[in-house]
Amino acid sequence: MTRAPTTAASLGLLVCHACGLLARAGPHAHDACCPRCGARLHWRKPDSISRTWALLIAAIVCYVPANVLPMMHTGSLFGSQSDTIMSGVIYFWTSGSWYLALIIFFASIMVPLLKMISLVLLLVSVQLRSRWQLNQRARLYRLVEVVGRWSMLDIYVVAVIVALVQLQALATILPGPGAIAFGAVVVLTMFAAMAFDPRLIWDPLDEEHGRAPA
Amino acid sequence: MKNMGEPPHRPEPPDIPEAVAAPKSARSIQLVWLIPLIAVLVGGWLAVKAILDRGPVITISFETAEGLEAGKTKIKYKDVEVGLVNSVVLSNDIKQVIVTADLVKGAERYLVDDTRFWVVRPRITGGDVSGLGTLLSGAYIGLDIGKSGKPTRHFTGLKAAPVFSSDVPGREFVLRGSDLGSLDPGTPVYFRRLQVGQIASHALDKDGKGVTLKLFVNAPYDQYVTTDTRFWHASGFDVTLDASGVKIQTQSVVAMLSGGLAFETPAGSAALPPAAAGAEFRLFAHRAEAMTNPDAIVMKTVMVFRESVRGLAPGAPIDFRGIVVGEVTAIRVELDPVKLQITIPVEVNIYPRRLGSRLVKQRAVLSDRERREFLNAMMAKGLRAQLRTGNLLTGQLFIALDFFPHAPKVKTALNEDVFELHTVSSGLTELQETIASITKKIQDLPLGEISADLRQTLQSANRLIERFDTDLAPEARAALADVRKALAATEHALKPESPLQQDARDAMREIARAAQAFRILADYLERHPEALIQGKKEDEK
Repeated sequence: MTRAPTTAASLGLLVCHACGLLARAGPHAHDACCPRCGARLHWRKPDSISRTWALLIAAIVCYVPANVLPMMHTGSLFGSQSDTIMSGVIYFWTSGSWYLALIIFFASIMVPLLKMISLVLLLVSVQLRSRWQLNQRARLYRLVEVVGRWSMLDIYVVAVIVALVQLQALATILPGPGAIAFGAVVVLTMFAAMAFDPRLIWDPLDEEHGRAPA
Repeated sequence: MKNMGEPPHRPEPPDIPEAVAAPKSARSIQLVWLIPLIAVLVGGWLAVKAILDRGPVITISFETAEGLEAGKTKIKYKDVEVGLVNSVVLSNDIKQVIVTADLVKGAERYLVDDTRFWVVRPRITGGDVSGLGTLLSGAYIGLDIGKSGKPTRHFTGLKAAPVFSSDVPGREFVLRGSDLGSLDPGTPVYFRRLQVGQIASHALDKDGKGVTLKLFVNAPYDQYVTTDTRFWHASGFDVTLDASGVKIQTQSVVAMLSGGLAFETPAGSAALPPAAAGAEFRLFAHRAEAMTNPDAIVMKTVMVFRESVRGLAPGAPIDFRGIVVGEVTAIRVELDPVKLQITIPVEVNIYPRRLGSRLVKQRAVLSDRERREFLNAMMAKGLRAQLRTGNLLTGQLFIALDFFPHAPKVKTALNEDVFELHTVSSGLTELQETIASITKKIQDLPLGEISADLRQTLQSANRLIERFDTDLAPEARAALADVRKALAATEHALKPESPLQQDARDAMREIARAAQAFRILADYLERHPEALIQGKKEDEK
């Protein structure tokens, strides 16, 4: 690739996300408004990398209690019990429902973990202005964005069960602190994925040709 | 959007408006970093709390892990959860189960040397149902806090729940008995039919010759256990069949079903101090045995019988005129190869103190030799042992001591190992012998000859009677007719109008008159005795 592809940024143009109008960047490149609809204009999402980092670090911190603390308290005639995600997986695995165990393991443990690893990978590579596997990384980002919301499945299940199983003396299920932490992990990673600007993946290409965005 | 792939060829389209400058955003960029900060703070606080809340970790070894589940089984004290079983593994020698448990914070102070752990399982005994809740909830580990001050983290679990927890006031006592009967840990202990305690544990003595029981008497009642208190089996039915007949002793219904233990202090020893904790007592078989004076002095004696001892058993009483003074301990058979005689030596224990406390008070320090001499003197006066039937229905025998003045004089050497008390054969045996000799005499009678003689005699008698009939009867009839005639004549003579009667009456009248005259004469003679000589004087008018 001898010639760098033309981008809006490389031409000094801004596009309005709200109404699609192209505008020429003025002298105050970072604080511009769309001349037609008044929406804020920017080359890249503002502070994308630091915001993503902040949300991601919060998510990683929350991931620990999400797995260590109990997700759900089950109280019944036969005694009370607290289950973490992992103990639920182990329970299903040992009781023979290995497919359920696998589903929970992947949806609730592996997916958030992989999501966070992916975001770290993207952030680090962007910050290093790496040009390695650009297409794959772009695909990875899209995958992270799509998969994100499915991790909320656990929270939905706990919420539904807690609402349904309230038989007072016979059986009671209460959400544990782990559920809050897990919800926080999922929400924070979703926000982190939203805060990340995928265009940053491609910026090193422009930079190589000496046309870094202003 | 569809033109995105194509690079625009117009570098500067003239109609693109310039972006409007926006007012400077007041929002600080750094605000977003509050989120991870909060997350770290909350997470850190949780972690610190978890570390601070962590209690001690202990290990308990159990015989079996039945009902124990890692991560589920709880440790409870007074039904309050104080810990959770962490792991259940086999010990290195695979003989035991090592349970590791996390206890709550603050549990350190009761993890001492004698703190006890046991697995609470449903338990149903005759008088007690416990741990039913664990049927549904699964077993849990119970805990009883010890009193020792020595902290430890390794415990040995009990096989069964202790009967009482260590904070219950009361005292523990030790009992030694010959057998366990129907006692079990948890079996109630009764004092005047009131349940005052329980049996804590039992163990076989090391030499296998008895059992040792530990029992616990609850606080207000332990003062009634004095140094002279007697304990006995108060088990369900105590049916004894001995020479005295059938005896049935019962306790309360619970004790009848599950057995029990009772204690009482003999009436004479009321002023004794309460026994110290851990004091040892003897366990008696029944109340009667317990309440008799303790047989401190035992005199081992042997009695040699030459008759059958069928019906005599170890434990049979030695009876002196109705008072039990000892018991049979062993019955043996001995063959004398020289005399070719088989004898049955019966070993007995005689308790001399039962023979009367007055005697004992006078001779409190009677030596064994003195006692033997005393018995020899008694034997010289005719003291003998004799087998007697105690119960005709069952054929139980007992040994009676009594005086037989006509018994041959015997003496036992004083230096024998075991003093021999001589015997006489039993009344029944004598009776048997007498009957046998009578039978023999009857057998020896010449019954054939006797019957022949008898028949002859009877025949001659018959003949005699026949002669009476033929010869004597007519004579007799004639004689009787004469008698009747004579009687008729007599009757005629005695009639009132008969001349004999008339004459007799006249004669009587004459006699009366004569008597009158004689009386007048007598009167006259009394007044005039001289008339006998001078004759009757004429009237002096």
